[in-house]
Amino acid sequence: MADMNPITVWRKLLALPNESRTKTLVMAFLVSAICALGVSGATVILRPIQAANRAAEQQARLEGLIAGIPGMSELLAAEGGSLSTVVVDLTEAKAATGVTPATLSVALEDNANWTGLSEGQDIAGLGQRPNYAQVYFLRGADGEISLALLPISGAGYVGPIDAILALRGDMNTIAGLAVLGQSETPGLGGRIEEPAWLSQWRGKEIADASGAVRFAVAKGRASSEFEVDGITGATRTSSAVTRIMRFWLGPDGYGPLIDAIQRGEF
Amino acid sequence: MPARASLWSTLTDPLVHQNPVTLQILGICSALAVTTSVATALTMSAALTAVLVMSAGLISLIRHHIPGSIRLIVQIVIVASLVIVIDQILQAYLFEISQKLSVFVSLITTNCLVLGRTESFSRHNPPGRSMVDALGNGLGYSLVLVVIGSVRELFGAGSLLGLQVFQTVDQGGWFTPLSLMLLAPSAFFLLGGLVWILRTLLPDQTETLELLSPDKPEDLS
Repeated sequence: MADMNPITVWRKLLALPNESRTKTLVMAFLVSAICALGVSGATVILRPIQAANRAAEQQARLEGLIAGIPGMSELLAAEGGSLSTVVVDLTEAKAATGVTPATLSVALEDNANWTGLSEGQDIAGLGQRPNYAQVYFLRGADGEISLALLPISGAGYVGPIDAILALRGDMNTIAGLAVLGQSETPGLGGRIEEPAWLSQWRGKEIADASGAVRFAVAKGRASSEFEVDGITGATRTSSAVTRIMRFWLGPDGYGPLIDAIQRGEF
Repeated sequence: MPARASLWSTLTDPLVHQNPVTLQILGICSALAVTTSVATALTMSAALTAVLVMSAGLISLIRHHIPGSIRLIVQIVIVASLVIVIDQILQAYLFEISQKLSVFVSLITTNCLVLGRTESFSRHNPPGRSMVDALGNGLGYSLVLVVIGSVRELFGAGSLLGLQVFQTVDQGGWFTPLSLMLLAPSAFFLLGGLVWILRTLLPDQTETLELLSPDKPEDLS
């Protein structure tokens, strides 16, 4: 009967010539297994710290977006320094009943709370859209909404783009955009998160008098109040941003909500 | 076989005389990509040196038991795992800088410098010597990165390690930043210039021409 003492087996294995098939297979397996353990261990142990880093950066960008809009700091101070967070039902275009910011992530785990998008509708490359979205409103002294922060997302050229769009009280003038996450080509499409490019969004308009969404990232220089300058060398990222904006401002995105706010229903 | 070099010269040779970047022209992809500022160059250097030393130690430890037929795969798997671990640590503890280095930390895996040292040195030497050699090569790489990074940051942004050295025009000073310095081509020029200077000062680094140019152009008709 073969000796099954692990130490003897190990010694025998080491004594095998390097060319033997058994040793090749065992070495390959051992190296992969140990490396896999190391990589998985590091990822799992460090994930909470990384997630906290990312969350802190998103918070900082959201605060940067608000601080960058003229007059907002004063409004915030008058309001007691905070925004109201509202979960809205995108289909019904009103505040969601039964879903609060705390329970939103649980609600979104349920497939029934997502709407599939047909190919024609899905210009932002999302596949499906949640029925609920968490938005932020800032109200003036008379209770009117003076600023709305709407999270938007969609497929960029390389990976997903997440951003927050700030709209003024008329729900047609852009107050700013903050990019929360993107993985576009560094130096080209990655420039969508540069303050210099984002600063020109301020004051642009979304829709014309007839209500049709006209906003776009221009190819080259912006030529109207509905356009921002394109990024040289990042045509696909630029057009992805246009499509994400068109989707979220359109009938399948925040369109109904924007109409409802303009009618004064909020 | 030549007499074994002392540990000290194993460590110091790669700094200038056997510099992996300027003499062997290894690992220049990342040397060009991350040298826009001294801070990123230093972080990248530290990451690469750490990976280099650890992979040299590990591979040297198991050098008698690496089957010849799969030795490159074994080496790359070890290097790649170390790189992922380092990348995760950077993302956890040096988040800002890891954002700037983006993909280049992951690309240490394919840095020919790492595989070059493990393949040519660690496979034939005991762990101690291998790690000293790896440290020397890592420092040699770091030296070049820091020199190029300093020049690019100084002339591209007027600062060093984020401290303003020259007052730029934007800040009311006299210095107009050379934006070329922040673009990739300038790293090529600087590295080329550095190699030129080194080979002029140390003529023995000049490669012998493998192909002599013909005395008269070949008849192409």
